Amino acid sequence: MVEYKHRSTDLEILISNYECQNTCAYRTTNIELRISHYEYGREESVKEIHADRIVEALEQLCLEANYDLGEDIMASFRQARESEASPLGKEVLDRLIENAQVAHDERVPMCQDTGMTVVFVEVGQDLHIVGGALTDAVNEGVRRGYEKGYLRKSVVKDPFDRVNTGDNTPAVIHYDLVAGDKIRLVVAPKGAGSENMSALKMGKPSDGLEGVLQFVVDTVDKAGGNPCPPIIVGVGVGGTMEKAALLAKKALLRPVGEHHPEERLAKIEAELLERINKLGIGPQGFGGTTTALAVNLEVYPTHIAGMPVAVNIGCHSTRHKGITLEGREA
Amino acid sequence: MAEIKRIETPLTHEMVTGLKAGDNVLINGVIYTARDAAHKKMVEALSRGEALPFDVRDQIIYFVGPTPAKPGQVIGSAGPTTSGRMDAYSPTLLALGLTGMIGKGLRSAEVIEAMKKQGAVYFGAIGGAGALIAKCIVAAEVIAYPELGPEAVRRLVVKDFPAMVIIDSKGNNLYETGKAQYRRA
Repeated sequence: MVEYKHRSTDLEILISNYECQNTCAYRTTNIELRISHYEYGREESVKEIHADRIVEALEQLCLEANYDLGEDIMASFRQARESEASPLGKEVLDRLIENAQVAHDERVPMCQDTGMTVVFVEVGQDLHIVGGALTDAVNEGVRRGYEKGYLRKSVVKDPFDRVNTGDNTPAVIHYDLVAGDKIRLVVAPKGAGSENMSALKMGKPSDGLEGVLQFVVDTVDKAGGNPCPPIIVGVGVGGTMEKAALLAKKALLRPVGEHHPEERLAKIEAELLERINKLGIGPQGFGGTTTALAVNLEVYPTHIAGMPVAVNIGCHSTRHKGITLEGREA
Repeated sequence: MAEIKRIETPLTHEMVTGLKAGDNVLINGVIYTARDAAHKKMVEALSRGEALPFDVRDQIIYFVGPTPAKPGQVIGSAGPTTSGRMDAYSPTLLALGLTGMIGKGLRSAEVIEAMKKQGAVYFGAIGGAGALIAKCIVAAEVIAYPELGPEAVRRLVVKDFPAMVIIDSKGNNLYETGKAQYRRA
């Protein structure tokens, strides 16, 4: 049941009495989704930022994302090194820790696949970008970063002709228009080894939670050692086809070790992680008990007939770096 | 950790026979790089009756597309790419005497059959450890298809390049045995 509640300052959607009918008996009521908060009569205030600052920030983020592995992932490597049952698996984890340290210390990319550059941009609507188009600025930053940082140019202009563009552009850019007067930029270079093992299914509501879980586990099982395990699994459920895929991609940005704030969803993440780590694939697919470091799940309301599920697989060194820029008074 | 075997290329059939799935090896000598686009070009060249840019007999091909070398570096980061994308081309090269491949990830039944028939091994290097692996490469030279950039064919000289025998010439497969050993699903 969906109930719309409209007040003078708030518009909220309350999805009430949502129940998952399944063997695991996850159950919830009242998922509250606040989609906007409108304050009437607020003073007008717009800030300004020059596109050059966005170029410079992007350039720097491309370097940092490829050279400096997140501390969350380093910590999870160390943790997995202790819990991994396979001696060979432990050895692989040691090499991954060493690799990340070499990349950081010597300012070189941790992996030769420096990826297709996925960029998330959250633009505050009270921010005015001057001096150039935002998309051009993002691509210019990527172009400069990949050249300056000795990063591999891994993008072909056309999927059929397959001629390299030579500068790793265009980036794949996802824009969100948000409240406020700042701009947030996140660079998430995505390698093809893990991206190619990702999958999407337009399921049926009758698949239920168990059907969704099985699809995620099967996707990881089929991938074996290809996506460079131990992997990070981004799962998006709900919305439409492209919404589920984007949720899964965004789920990969959540720090490893941080669980979904909603308890029932955090439980699903934990169950998925446990089932995936029973598959036996292990570090690099050599066999072991650490196939995934984390499962991050995001959900969204969906159609009465829909159950879209997207699984976006991230390698052991899923990379992302972000920055928030503030404008000046216009 | 089991004993580590040192290998000097070229990789002869006799050496191939002595390697078993799960063996830890250190590869030394000359190896060649090729990935998607180079494999496609090589197999197309063969179909036109032309020679390959290098003789694959008793050689090892490393599936890699390195990052550009920084000043002072021999090569940039250089870890293995997913081997499955080369499955369409590998049997043709194995039939010409290729004895070793280095990559990461699963191989097709056709490739494994060709490996058993011709006598070849598939090595795994640690995927995503490109910064570390680059330290084992002491020389690198583009010998064919420079227009392919990172996908050009390179002749590498490696010193104690660490790898694991994943699939041996009898078809034993560490991915299967390793997974079975720890599977609780």
